[in-house]
Amino acid sequence: MNLSLRALAIATAVLIGAGFALVFFHAPIDADQGFIQKIFYLHVPLAIVALIGFVVAAVHAIRHLRSGDPIHDARSYVSIHTSVIFGVAVLITGAIWAKASWGQWWVWDEPTLVSFLIVFLLYATYYPLRYAIPDRERQARYASVFAITAGAFVPLNFMAVRAAESLVHPRTFATADGGLPSEVWLVFLVCLAGIAALWWTLVRFELTAKRTSAQISRLRRALEGGAPSPGSGGVAARIAPGVAR
Amino acid sequence: MALATLAQTPAVPLDEAGQYVAGAYIVFVVLLVVYVGLMAAKLGRISRDLEELAVIAESKEHDSRQQTADSGTGREAAREPVA
Repeated sequence: MNLSLRALAIATAVLIGAGFALVFFHAPIDADQGFIQKIFYLHVPLAIVALIGFVVAAVHAIRHLRSGDPIHDARSYVSIHTSVIFGVAVLITGAIWAKASWGQWWVWDEPTLVSFLIVFLLYATYYPLRYAIPDRERQARYASVFAITAGAFVPLNFMAVRAAESLVHPRTFATADGGLPSEVWLVFLVCLAGIAALWWTLVRFELTAKRTSAQISRLRRALEGGAPSPGSGGVAARIAPGVAR
Repeated sequence: MALATLAQTPAVPLDEAGQYVAGAYIVFVVLLVVYVGLMAAKLGRISRDLEELAVIAESKEHDSRQQTADSGTGREAAREPVA
């Protein structure tokens, strides 16, 4: 673990610890929803960071197609991977909130829920698409095209949901009575910063692990004097040594 | 002791809503722990691979020293006059 990754991990732990402490000891109890609203400080930042992560993956995919540098493909892959994990957390925490608030784990006629599920399932197809292609160069190109297309779909989907009529799902930042109080904003922003830092830390951590695996593969080939086996190493094998930052 | 203190804390009411909130945060922590566990397993594999490579490198170094020593002995033997 290099120093900056260690510093990032410590900052993440501090931010998340502070955020959760603020949630339970400082944030006011919501007059409308009561204590169950505390899930908002976890669920909403996870959703925002997951969706932004998909857009970040699309940006890396564009850079990969423009430059052909495999590090951008690796970054795009890891961004999607981490955002999908965050997406699982969003769906589970959202279902728990829905059960407590609406009495049902899932509501199919609510656009916010269904649209997030569609985005999640769309990205869940990224893995079979990617690994169905044996040739690594083609695999990376197709995965980048997928990441760009799906990444463009994310903000469009978000705007479509905001414009939708059905508003059973609460709107976080824009309510009829003026939005969030300042105390809630503070706690929410600390939680958002913590979750964003967590996303970044996990991405950096996984990229470092993949870079190390790639370097070990190169070292093994050099020591054993063998040719690289086709398809071995996956994304890790495509990362040039010393460039996974 | 810590759990008893937590249970008495007014910030975490253990009524029905409190259980759902606790459930949501526990899910998050569990997912995080599973992810960290998987990454730890991956790092363990990397560590084992590195150890294996170190053994290969050391054995190669040993072989090459052996070859150098053998060739040196051979040259010295060739230089010695035959009685």
